[in-house]
Amino acid sequence: MTAAGAIRPRIGVLAVQGAVGEHEAALADVGARTTRVRVPDDLDGLDGLVIPGGESTTFGVVAGQSGLLNAVRTRVDEGMPVLGTCAGMIMLAGGIADGGPQPLIGGMDIVVRRNAFGRQVHSFEADVAIPVVGDPPMRGIFIRAPWIEEAGPSVEILAVHGGHPVAARDATRIVAAFHPELTDDRRLHRLFVDGVRTKGAVTQPREDSVVGAQ
Amino acid sequence: MSDDVAGNGAQEGATGTEAVKAGLARMLKGGVIMDVVNAEQAKIAEDAGACAVMALERIPAEIRRTGGVARMSDPEMILGIQEAVTIPVMAKCRIGHHVEAQVLQALEIDYIDESEVLTPADEASHVDKRAFTVPFVCGATDLGEALRRIAEGAAMIRTKGEAGTGNVVEAVRHMKTITQGIRRVSSATPDERFAIAKEMAAPLDLVEWVGHHARLPVVNFSAGGIATPADAALMMHLGAEGVFVGSGIFLSEDPPARARAIVEATTHWNDPAVIARVSRGLREAMPGIEIGALGAADLLQTRGW
Repeated sequence: MTAAGAIRPRIGVLAVQGAVGEHEAALADVGARTTRVRVPDDLDGLDGLVIPGGESTTFGVVAGQSGLLNAVRTRVDEGMPVLGTCAGMIMLAGGIADGGPQPLIGGMDIVVRRNAFGRQVHSFEADVAIPVVGDPPMRGIFIRAPWIEEAGPSVEILAVHGGHPVAARDATRIVAAFHPELTDDRRLHRLFVDGVRTKGAVTQPREDSVVGAQ
Repeated sequence: MSDDVAGNGAQEGATGTEAVKAGLARMLKGGVIMDVVNAEQAKIAEDAGACAVMALERIPAEIRRTGGVARMSDPEMILGIQEAVTIPVMAKCRIGHHVEAQVLQALEIDYIDESEVLTPADEASHVDKRAFTVPFVCGATDLGEALRRIAEGAAMIRTKGEAGTGNVVEAVRHMKTITQGIRRVSSATPDERFAIAKEMAAPLDLVEWVGHHARLPVVNFSAGGIATPADAALMMHLGAEGVFVGSGIFLSEDPPARARAIVEATTHWNDPAVIARVSRGLREAMPGIEIGALGAADLLQTRGW
């Protein structure tokens, strides 16, 4: 049996729009292979999916149009591990506190508030203690960031900033309001990819597999 | 630069840092930023999947047609647009007009475009953008110009192109010129980079950074003349990380459909079948202008240095 740490799972990065390359670099650093996901077929053979920062309304429009949103929702419901940062956290939420109907993927029993910390002039960076990844705190870069307003009983809050939950997980689903992909600290990506490995959901490598393809 | 964040509740943290300013541009990558002149257009842009809107009183083609001095937009109009959408709202200030920039920051605009589309306020200097909490995007025609703006604090670059023409040729030229400059710097020896920095009138440390990383230190979009889905995809092929569409959407015959199609084409820029599908039945694009038909005084791209 292969040692868990040696397994190189294939992780998709939703590539409708947003900080895709940054997540690919982080995933490669923790030993995963990556694939860009733009259409439903791109989900084939994936062991996990990252939904990056970007604009959640753009994700909804473009991914809704191609059927990608429905396809991702199906895979998440089936238990595929997911990591969502900022807009990705919004997409994985069950609901939005501040109103407007907006297509979501869902999967996490949380309600989020978009742009909760304010407009860009209020975007900030700060140390965020995340006990599950250990010391020291991670440097959280919060850009027009959401926060978690409500969380169901299955959700474990991983970090709090300014009195508001800003990172959480539910089994192999992890969300963060900040952007670990914008720093060199790979601990949250490692937590996610280790979860993928432990889940034992690693499928056979595809013949076309190339690290950081495209 | 303040240390406190007001927001919806006092937060600990540092605002206006380089990571925070350049970070928003990273979140816009792969997206389309659309010029809008009122809240209704902003909503159309958001519904079409724009990743941000640029609020301005007159789109570039209109500025070109009516002439006169083009200035920062009326704050009332900007506020109306901010209330209408949840995506980032950008606005333009005149080159070198740091008070217009301060006003836009006070309005909590998400990004300031120090833009050659407006009439320059200072013929010698651009705004010292390092002094601001809000990030800036600036136009560039070549690598040296891009690095001068970055040295001044720009957190995002876009090609200038030739705004308001519906003609993509200048955006192509500028994107290729920037890319060629990056290739040249990255293949140069360390001693050659001193000479290149002098020739490009760019700071040596930034020239060396580009040499080591073979890219710009900030996100680079394309702007100025993009009018069709294929235009947007072309700029992505040439290395743009996203596109601005100014006059091209709301001067066309069917703005919602064209906006949506350009968004799709920017995501699927490497998939000609998608671009073919979204380009069907869009009705007329904006009327274009041949660059050679413009006099030197009509060119916007030569504003700034």
